[in-house]
Amino acid sequence: MTADQDMRAAMATLPVPELDGHPFTTPRPLAEATVAIVTTAGLHRAGEDTFGLLDPAYRVLPHGDSDLRMSHNSQNFDRTGLMLDRNVAFPADRLDEMAADGTVGSVAPNHLSFMGAQQDLSTILLDTGPAAARFLIDQGTDVVLLTPV
Amino acid sequence: MIEVAERMPIPRGLYCNFPLGRPLGRPNDAAFQRRVLDAAFELLDAPAPTLVTFPDVILDEVDAPLACPMPARLDPSLPPAVDEARGLRPAYERAQTDGLRTAVDVDAVEPALRAFARIVDGTPWDQAEVPDNPLTAALNIRAYYEQAAAALADHVPAARAGESWFARETAAGALMHAAQQTMKGAGAPFPFWFYLLPASQHRLT
Repeated sequence: MTADQDMRAAMATLPVPELDGHPFTTPRPLAEATVAIVTTAGLHRAGEDTFGLLDPAYRVLPHGDSDLRMSHNSQNFDRTGLMLDRNVAFPADRLDEMAADGTVGSVAPNHLSFMGAQQDLSTILLDTGPAAARFLIDQGTDVVLLTPV
Repeated sequence: MIEVAERMPIPRGLYCNFPLGRPLGRPNDAAFQRRVLDAAFELLDAPAPTLVTFPDVILDEVDAPLACPMPARLDPSLPPAVDEARGLRPAYERAQTDGLRTAVDVDAVEPALRAFARIVDGTPWDQAEVPDNPLTAALNIRAYYEQAAAALADHVPAARAGESWFARETAAGALMHAAQQTMKGAGAPFPFWFYLLPASQHRLT
């Protein structure tokens, strides 16, 4: 088995939170929609504090900011992909191209990053998650692309 | 992990069997990334919650360490890992182009290596003056090395190849293995020794 296959096998029976309902909406057509990225790659702007151990907060990533940092705390994933090309987890350039060719309506002015490999999800479920959703709605986001790391 | 995704009430999910850390699959491959995004956005047309598997599979290459030219030893009087880290500094600096970088505290790399060397030599781990905490210090060392390796490699490394190069081919990696074993044996808190290296690189006895 590969390292990732081992990791997936070990995590396959992780307990998941019990949530009410099954959220599902039908957004406007993609060619008219504003799209934002929410990643769990642990990204933040240069000069900001790094993500702390098990940090449940999110960071705002202005779309035009190309000087980002990754401070994800987990050892157990490949980091070189992001070092070489941010689009492998944060496809801001790809979204620009899709907006330019009319596939998406527009790219949101800001994206968000959480940090993955969390253990206790209660703060994200009750506090930072809803706050992030409100932020995205308030800036006019129609569609969110979630990239898990 | 599709087994987890299947148990979550996600509205629309595209499961991609790609290396962890590379959710869009291939770095520096815009066409491939676009294929993944097109497949994801197609799910917006689904009338009900859906979880679809992307057809391509990309595996990590943890057992194929990156082939990376290493600098010659500059100062044999230094601990090997410290001398090695100093030798990698030019490569690390070349990797500092505009764009996303791992947050590395360059000034903490050498103190951290010296601290872990003290631990291996018998200093109690909590008296060895590890910068910040052992987990953060270990991540910082690894990030510094992998950033340097990204500049030295002449191709896009396969997933986990850089990790394996660090853990298996470098003096710093050997030091981290020794420190991990020492700290475990000394009863250090689990997270502080377990997460000194990726689980895929452990050689614990």
